[in-house]
Amino acid sequence: MKAGSKLEKVFAAGHFAVTGELGPPRGADAHHIHEKAEYLKGMVESVNVTDNQTAVVRMASMAVCRLLLDMGIEPNLQMVCRDRNRLAIQADLLGASALGIKNVLCLSGDHQKFGDHPQAKNVFDIDSIQLIAVLKKMRDEGKLINDHECEGIPQYFIGAAVNPFADPFEFRVTRLKKKIDAGVDFIQTQCIYNMEKFHTYMQQAYDQGLTEKCYVMAGITPLKSVGMARYMQKFVPGLDVPEEYIERLKGVDKKKQGDEGIKIAIEQIQEMKETKGIAGVHVMAIEWEERVEEIVSGAGLLPRPEVS
Amino acid sequence: MVVAEQKPIEEILVMVADFNKVLLTGCKGCVTVCCSGGQKEVGILASALKIARKKEGREIEIDEITLERQCDPEYVDQLEEPIASNKYDAVLSMACSVGPQYIAKRYEDILVYPCLNTTFIGGALEHGVWAEFCQACGSCGIHNFGALCPIARCAKSLMNGPCGGSAGGKCEISPETDCVWHLIYERMSRLGQLDKMGNVVMFKDWTSSRDGGPRKMVREDLKQ
Repeated sequence: MKAGSKLEKVFAAGHFAVTGELGPPRGADAHHIHEKAEYLKGMVESVNVTDNQTAVVRMASMAVCRLLLDMGIEPNLQMVCRDRNRLAIQADLLGASALGIKNVLCLSGDHQKFGDHPQAKNVFDIDSIQLIAVLKKMRDEGKLINDHECEGIPQYFIGAAVNPFADPFEFRVTRLKKKIDAGVDFIQTQCIYNMEKFHTYMQQAYDQGLTEKCYVMAGITPLKSVGMARYMQKFVPGLDVPEEYIERLKGVDKKKQGDEGIKIAIEQIQEMKETKGIAGVHVMAIEWEERVEEIVSGAGLLPRPEVS
Repeated sequence: MVVAEQKPIEEILVMVADFNKVLLTGCKGCVTVCCSGGQKEVGILASALKIARKKEGREIEIDEITLERQCDPEYVDQLEEPIASNKYDAVLSMACSVGPQYIAKRYEDILVYPCLNTTFIGGALEHGVWAEFCQACGSCGIHNFGALCPIARCAKSLMNGPCGGSAGGKCEISPETDCVWHLIYERMSRLGQLDKMGNVVMFKDWTSSRDGGPRKMVREDLKQ
């Protein structure tokens, strides 16, 4: 065991793992978090807590992770390189460990241009792959970047994200390999809609033995409506939403589009369960936490396995 | 070269709002090459300011002079005579921001204003278009990236790109911005160096960059 988190244990026991996601509020209201998190309890192994996602200021990921721990929910601390230099990153990582946070997801972070403070100075002292290496060094060698020994060695289950649909496509599997070389334990992919392209990517990763070296979780985001699907297709870089899904949503009554989206998500998860090298799914039901149970249950993934 | 662009005329008019007579100084260095602060641009800006002030009914007198370089004390000395023999309210500089700082250092008792925004170290892509190529990090390693700079040309200065926002050779921040990591990939592919691109590049030492404090270069062999 690297950190002995529930997520790690579920993988180690050979189960198909499920993670969820929660976006902190744009304010100091902790009540709101409790409400959203309650829907995820028992549905997933652990919950990603985003870090100023889309470069919009929100309650600190680490604080929300601690609130989740208090609720008996295991968090995945997301950490971006946009907002902190190597001093702040290492300090936060040590603090996270002391608070009982075991899963950390290493990200570069969206450019602040997309957020609510486009005038901000960005940091990017280190990048997401180097961040993985920082965690690994702290955990395995008990040392900071500067080789200073930590008093009290932190334990992390190290995560990272990949986008199989970004360009150049031929380089994407190599970049996954770089994350593995840097020390990643698990991967969560960008939301997947183009299953064919995703299978091509996964086949390459599988053939190169990469899925033996880390746990790959497929990212699933249920489509709420035709509008949302079109938005993601047109405006989210590196997201590939095939017309086929949009046609399906169009084919049902407007009020039923959400149900159809959930149905698609369940079908996708069923397909992921049969895909070589996929060790779990990461369900990102954005502001739709109340429907997570339906998705996970529909995919035959409830109850979640007990591990100790 | 250092690339700079002229500030909006409205901003410059606010700077000179209280003045009746100013000296407008150009530079024959980089800003002449990038068509922002040479003799020609000094003439155009002086005319524009005079016309605008005439319209307001408060004419302004503007003398023009363009120095060989404003980042060299030897040439900045040439302003001594005009400044001494005229009662200028201020000196305006159309050099990169080094120029007005040199003028301010040399002439302690006169107000100095910048007329340009210094934008980046770069070059021309075509007539009338310039782009950033270097961030002066102080330790060049572009040979590791197909001779293209990810520090200056990647929006996130990634050392291990391209990130998930690279689409169709463009950066997620703008369809006008090339993804330098896509260019690096293509070039290293052509050079048969893709295997090198698979290696994890570790932390950069930023001490030679601005992060190490204001920088200075000393050449003992040239010092007098």
